[in-house]
Amino acid sequence: MRRSLVTDHSEISRLFKVRAIVAGLFSFLLIAALLSRLGWLQIVEYAHFSGLSKENRVRLMALPPNRGLIYDRNGIILAENRPTYHLELIPEQVEDIDATLEGLGEIVTISEQNIERFHTSMRTHRPFESISLRTRLSEEEVARLAVNRHRFPGMDVVARLSRHYPQGSSAAHAIGYVGRISEKELNTIDVSNYRGSTHIGKTGLEKYYEEELHGIVGQQNVEVNAEGRILRVIDKIPPLPGNNLVLNLDMELQRTAEQALGDFAGAVIVMQPKTGAVLAFVSEPVYDPNLFVHGISVKDYNALREGDYKPLFNRALFGQYPPGSTFKPFLGLAGIDAKVIGHKQSMRCIGYYTLPNDEEHRYRDWKKWGHGEVDLSDAMEQSCDVYFYELAHRMGINRMHDYLREFGFGDKTGIDLFGERSGLLPSKEWKRRVHNKIWYPGETLIAGIGQGYMLATPLQLAVATSALANKGKKIQPRLLKEMRDTNGEITAMAVPSTSWIELKNENHWDVMHKAMQRVLRGKWGTARATGWKLKGYEMAGKTGTAQVFGIAQDEEYDAETVARKLRDHALFIAFAPLEDPEIVVAIIEENGEHGSAVAPIAKTIMDKYLLEDELKEDAK
Amino acid sequence: MPSKYQFDTEYQGRFARVLQLIRIDPVLLFGLLILTLAGLGILYSAGDQSAELMQKQVVRLSIAFLVMLVAAQVSPHQLYLWTPWVFLVGVILLLMVFFAGDVGKGAQRWLKIGVRFQPSEIMKLATPLMLAWYLSERPLPPGFRSLMISSVLVLVPTIMIAMQPDLGTALLVGMAGFFVVFFAGLRWRVLIGAGLALLAFIPILWRMMHDYQRQRVLTLLDPESDPLGAGYHIIQSKIAIGSGGLYGKGWLNGTQSQLDFLPERSTDFIFAVFAEEFGMMGAVVLLSLYAFIIWRGLYIADHAQDNFSRLLAGSLSMTFFVYLFVNVGMVSGILPVVGVPLPLVSYGGTSLVTLMAGFGMLMSINSDRKLLSR
Repeated sequence: MRRSLVTDHSEISRLFKVRAIVAGLFSFLLIAALLSRLGWLQIVEYAHFSGLSKENRVRLMALPPNRGLIYDRNGIILAENRPTYHLELIPEQVEDIDATLEGLGEIVTISEQNIERFHTSMRTHRPFESISLRTRLSEEEVARLAVNRHRFPGMDVVARLSRHYPQGSSAAHAIGYVGRISEKELNTIDVSNYRGSTHIGKTGLEKYYEEELHGIVGQQNVEVNAEGRILRVIDKIPPLPGNNLVLNLDMELQRTAEQALGDFAGAVIVMQPKTGAVLAFVSEPVYDPNLFVHGISVKDYNALREGDYKPLFNRALFGQYPPGSTFKPFLGLAGIDAKVIGHKQSMRCIGYYTLPNDEEHRYRDWKKWGHGEVDLSDAMEQSCDVYFYELAHRMGINRMHDYLREFGFGDKTGIDLFGERSGLLPSKEWKRRVHNKIWYPGETLIAGIGQGYMLATPLQLAVATSALANKGKKIQPRLLKEMRDTNGEITAMAVPSTSWIELKNENHWDVMHKAMQRVLRGKWGTARATGWKLKGYEMAGKTGTAQVFGIAQDEEYDAETVARKLRDHALFIAFAPLEDPEIVVAIIEENGEHGSAVAPIAKTIMDKYLLEDELKEDAK
Repeated sequence: MPSKYQFDTEYQGRFARVLQLIRIDPVLLFGLLILTLAGLGILYSAGDQSAELMQKQVVRLSIAFLVMLVAAQVSPHQLYLWTPWVFLVGVILLLMVFFAGDVGKGAQRWLKIGVRFQPSEIMKLATPLMLAWYLSERPLPPGFRSLMISSVLVLVPTIMIAMQPDLGTALLVGMAGFFVVFFAGLRWRVLIGAGLALLAFIPILWRMMHDYQRQRVLTLLDPESDPLGAGYHIIQSKIAIGSGGLYGKGWLNGTQSQLDFLPERSTDFIFAVFAEEFGMMGAVVLLSLYAFIIWRGLYIADHAQDNFSRLLAGSLSMTFFVYLFVNVGMVSGILPVVGVPLPLVSYGGTSLVTLMAGFGMLMSINSDRKLLSR
């Protein structure tokens, strides 16, 4: 091996040349290696990376449809979509999160909870994804943020449409509300149609007509940058907005009814007997549906759920009350039509009634000394209990059941709302089935005055009264009048189903109408105080009182000593004008004591409807 | 037409004479100009077509070319005389940064990065200069003693820079030193022996590395293990290159680059932008351009008149290659992510100036040969 040092210049030049060539070859070889690497990426794996690149930039985005609006019959808006503003941050673009949060906190209110929630979602989101910090900014806050925007890179104020109920609590029980889609609801809806949707109808019409209101989701392919910001729409299938609902509700009448009911808990249903249109749907007390749209706080929710008279409880739909004497017109009709008694035939009322085989047990009349000789009309006018005890006794519970079922008692009315209760129309068979007990004759008597097992919802009373007013044409109550698309074209009309109640003698309808007129016009009419003031039309009605708690046989009922919550419920059903009924009202006022006390409510509503010409024109 | 032909040659001849007068090598200048112009075009696309960015880069390039021109005026002999002092000052500066860096902690360290960066940049030139200075006076190929001293001269600045920590620069400085020894005639068996020793050294090196450095190596081996963190750069860069295909997506049309998916795309990852927009064909052209410059550098080295010039020129050319290889290797995912820019193309001033100063030296060496040969 050559160990001598090379000092010769040419020798060194030669050595250097070799080295330079080796170095040159070495670098060209490695550059070739780089090129083969690029070739691998760009030619062999081209399809793979090309796909990844497309996936990177193209994103399929759902375009949630705009929810349909809800109007009353006169075009007053009941539910709309309003832009609300939300404060969001893109963490990647924020230099100092804590400083930014602090700085923003000086401009808008940001609670500890907001910050905590922000940090939680920051952990689960990619750094370039926008994270919500505050929702529902006020206009002032939006303005303040706009002015200070330059101080907070990565901050964004995002506008979204959210549901708003401009009428507040008015008719809230009919309209209902929307809320965030829950885990449970995800299992029941067509998830693909709800991509991009955050809210869904929770109660009321918002829930019943959810499918129609929601619309059909659209989609678009968008080009996004690394932050997820949309740069360009590549293609687009626009969403189909939901249908607008035009309701039968008449907000003016609705407010009139709400005000007339006043502070009492209760329900008022106003219907057109001919069309089934529900003009007013009142359940008091009520709540503000706007509270639910963005998620109600636990405190507010408990206040509503546990509060006095439970505002969330829809009395018109779920409230099952003993109909009391408002039951009498229907039983009376059944009685004369079944010929258990002639409509002119009278009997003696001595203030109580006893069954033939049980002289001991007295069934009391509300009037201690009795009404004397009464026929059907008298019994209706004065609301004589003894007459109807006798009538019920002669009919028997099963025949009563069969007749009254025709009027819709014990059945759902089929209104366009979910969760309706069917009330209770007892029968022997029912008692055996449910309570496994035999039916006692005394229970027939109690049922005859609308007490005991008998239960009806305010809506059922309104429907039954409509059938009575229509002389047998029983109609399905309807809140929806028609659906319109965004151009205002009618896409669907509500067609309520009807059925007929056949009487053996059609004249009996008039008999009952006249008898009910006497409730207001008669000398002893239970609602005569209201009747005296009637002007312009004739009303037929029936008062009712439903016991909240039982009173022992010989005990006096003294309203003064009974706490308000334990006072009797007051009921009133009515229709007008007598000759050609156009409006039916059913009222239940909890703890209102006596039906005569709520008859003025019906008059107020009917005056408004029948006497204000322009309103009447609109309503047709 | 003869007259035109004559005019052309005369004109070019005059131009060549001017270049010769200012000691500029027209061949190398041609390569550098084409490359920097192409670089500006890529940067325009990578930098979101920002005029401000372009302006800054043009100013930097002008300064860099000026530095090259100045460096070309310094004869190799003068350079030889200054070398020990440059090296000494560089090491002292490195030491200062080293201790200052140890004292200052927290936010202040950030302010000192600029200061720290300068000495290590100097060492990119000072180290090969120093080794060429040392070895050119020794008998070649270097003996054991020379090799030991050379190793110390290379390792001292390299380790100091690596501990800053700036792995990219340390690698370049180390390679610059190594190539001087290589050109000096380092025996093949020593080279292979040292290579094997280095391999054995890897586990120890692994322990010495910072966590983030280790992470970079791990990320290279399996980028999908952390797709949103350390692996994000490599994944997005590979997507950019791969989706460029054979012909590329076209200038300004790279979706990965233009839509912000590619991080650091105007600096270290600018090659991915180029490969996405110009494809495999563009990459072949660009790498050929680099190869041309490297070839010219080695040619100058081969024709240099003295050992100092030879060793320096050879090392400078190969350092330029290392730059290229490490950057493209990193961007295409075959080397770990170390902060090495694509030479003469990446946005940024310091490395540009250093590189062009090196090319100035190459030109000076080239001119010196011509002067002597005449």
